[in-house]
Amino acid sequence: MKSEKKILAAPYAVWAAIFIIVPLCMILYYGLTDKNGVFTLENILAIAAPGHARALRRSIMLSLISTIICFLLAYPLAMILSEKKKNNSSFIILIFILPMWMNFLLRTLAWQTLLEKTGVINSVLAFLGLPALRIINTSHAIVLGMVYNFLPFMVLPLYNALSKIDENVIHAAKDLGANSIQTFFRIILPLSVPGIISGITMVFVPALTTFVISTLLGGSKVLLIGNVIEQEFTQASNWHLGSGLSIVLMIFILINMVVTALFEKEES
Amino acid sequence: MKKLCFYIIISVVIVFMAGCGTESDDDNIVIVYNWGEYIDPDMLELFEEETGIRVVYDEFETNETMFPKVDVGAAEYDVICPSDYMISKMIQNDLLMELDFDHIPNAKQNIGAQYWQQSEGFDPGNRYSVPYCWGTVGILYNKTMVDEPITRWAQLWDEKYKDEILMQDSVRDAFMVAEKMYGYSMNTLNEQELLTARDALIGQKPLVQAYVIDQVRDKMIGNEAAIGVIYSGEAIYTKYENNDLEYVIPEEGTNVWIDSWVILKDAPHKENAEKFIDFMCRGDVALKNFEYITYSTPNEAAKALIEDEEVKNSPIAFPDLSQYDNLETYTYLGEEGDTLYNELWKEVKSY
Repeated sequence: MKSEKKILAAPYAVWAAIFIIVPLCMILYYGLTDKNGVFTLENILAIAAPGHARALRRSIMLSLISTIICFLLAYPLAMILSEKKKNNSSFIILIFILPMWMNFLLRTLAWQTLLEKTGVINSVLAFLGLPALRIINTSHAIVLGMVYNFLPFMVLPLYNALSKIDENVIHAAKDLGANSIQTFFRIILPLSVPGIISGITMVFVPALTTFVISTLLGGSKVLLIGNVIEQEFTQASNWHLGSGLSIVLMIFILINMVVTALFEKEES
Repeated sequence: MKKLCFYIIISVVIVFMAGCGTESDDDNIVIVYNWGEYIDPDMLELFEEETGIRVVYDEFETNETMFPKVDVGAAEYDVICPSDYMISKMIQNDLLMELDFDHIPNAKQNIGAQYWQQSEGFDPGNRYSVPYCWGTVGILYNKTMVDEPITRWAQLWDEKYKDEILMQDSVRDAFMVAEKMYGYSMNTLNEQELLTARDALIGQKPLVQAYVIDQVRDKMIGNEAAIGVIYSGEAIYTKYENNDLEYVIPEEGTNVWIDSWVILKDAPHKENAEKFIDFMCRGDVALKNFEYITYSTPNEAAKALIEDEEVKNSPIAFPDLSQYDNLETYTYLGEEGDTLYNELWKEVKSY
C-alpha cells in the first residue's frame, strides 16, 4: 500500500525536480560565480550598489503599503462574508474571483487605459468638470495595481480562517460579558491569525517580486528590484548579477516567512 | 495488474514524447526573428506560397533583448534583423554566417549603393548583412500641444513640458539624446562625458511622462503626450493617424541607423534563410513592406515603384542626409562599454 502511494507521488517528484530544484540550483550557481565560473560573492553584495539598494527599498516599501491596504480592505469583507449565510457568501466570493478568470496582464493593461491622461477615468472626470486624476506612471498607480491584482489572495485565506471559527466560542465570549470590541480583539483576531499570515505572504511576496505592474503602470519610471533583475537577464545579459540579486530577494522572502511563522507560533 | 497499468502509462508517455520529437523535425522551414510589427504579414504568406517554405516567425522589442537569446542559443533562429551596432557585436562574437551573394541576387541588384557604403561602418566588406530598413531618430511633437516648434533635443529638458515627454526605454537611444545635446559623440566612452549625460537624464526624469518603446506611437496618436522620441519610420505612420503630429530631426544631430538581415552561423536552415532574404529584397515585396510598416526602404527598385510623389519625396521617409550636421551611426562599444552604459542607465532608471 505504501509503495503504491509513492508511485502516485512520482509525477510530482519529477515535476518538482525539473522545474523547482534544478532552476534553484542554476540560480545558486550563476549567482555565486562570475563570468569565468569562479566563486564570488560580488553578485550578492551588488545589492548594496546605490541603484540596486534604492530599487529594493522601493520594492519593500510599495509591497508593504500594498499588503497593509489589502489587509485593511479584506478583513472587514471577509468578516461580513463569514457571517453571511452560505449561499449569499459564495455568490459574493464568485463576484470577487470573477476578474481572476481574466489574464493578469490584460487586467493590468486595462488599468493603464483607465488611468491614462486621456484615459477613461479622466474623460469622465473632465465631463463632470472635476480635476484630472494624475497618478499614472507614479508609485501610486503601482500600489493601486498591486492591491487590485493581489486583493483576492488576501480575502480568500481570511475568509477561510474566519468561517472556520466555531460560533459557540463567540457566543461563550459574549456570555462571559465581553463586548463586541473585546470579542473581536481577544477571540476573532487571534483565531484568524493563520489566515492573516497566509494572506500577508500571498500578497507581500508577489508584490515584492513583480516587474510587470511597475512597467505597465509606472511607465518604466519607477524601477523595482524585480525590474532590475529582469533587465539583467533580458537586456544586459548578465545572468550572474541577475541571479545574485534573485538570491538576495529570496533571502528577503525567507525572512518574511520566518517572521510570520514565529508570529504564528507565539499566537498559538 | 497495477504494475502493468504503470508500464502502459509509461510507454504511452514515451511514445507521445517521441512523437513530439519527430513532428518538429519538419525540414522545410525558415525561422525568422524580427522587430515587432516590422513586416507585412501578407509577404510572409506570399513567401510560403511561392517557395513552399513554412515561416516560423518570432519578434523582439530591442536589440538588447534579442542578443542574449541568440547568444546563449536557447532558441534556434535562421534569419535575424538587428541594427548596425548589434550586427557589429554579433560579428565580433562570431555568431554570423558570411553570406553567399550568388544565392541572394536581388540584394546587390536592388539595394542602393549608398546603403552598402553606410553598412561598411559596422560590417566591413559587406560580408554579413543585407540592409532591410533605415532611418533616423528624431522628435515627434503635437503642434497643438506645444508653444513653439520643437527643433532641438535641449527642448526635452524644458520645464514647461513636464509630464508631456516620452523617452525611449532603451539604453543607447536614451543616452544618444543627452550626448547629442551636449555635442558629444553618441559612441563616446569618455567617462566625464558619460557622467554628464547620466546626470542630464536623471535631471530630465521628473519631466518625463514615461519611458516606452513601441508605445510612443500609440500614445502620440492618442494625444497622451506632446513630445516623443521616435524612429522616423513610426513617424510616417503616426502622421497618417493624427494630423497634428510633426517629425523633426533635431539640430544637434542624431542617429542614422540601418536594420539589416543576417543569417546565424549555426542556422539550421541556411538555404531557406538565403531564399527568405532574397525574397525580401525583391522590389515588389520591399514596396509592400514599406507601405505596411512605413520605415524607409534602402531598396531602389521598390522606391522606383512608389507611385505617390508625396511619399517618394517625403523628407521623413527619404531625407537628404547631406543637409544635416552631426549625423552618426551607433558602433559596438565592446563588452566593457556595454556594461558601463548599462550601469549608468540603471542609475538613471532607479533614481
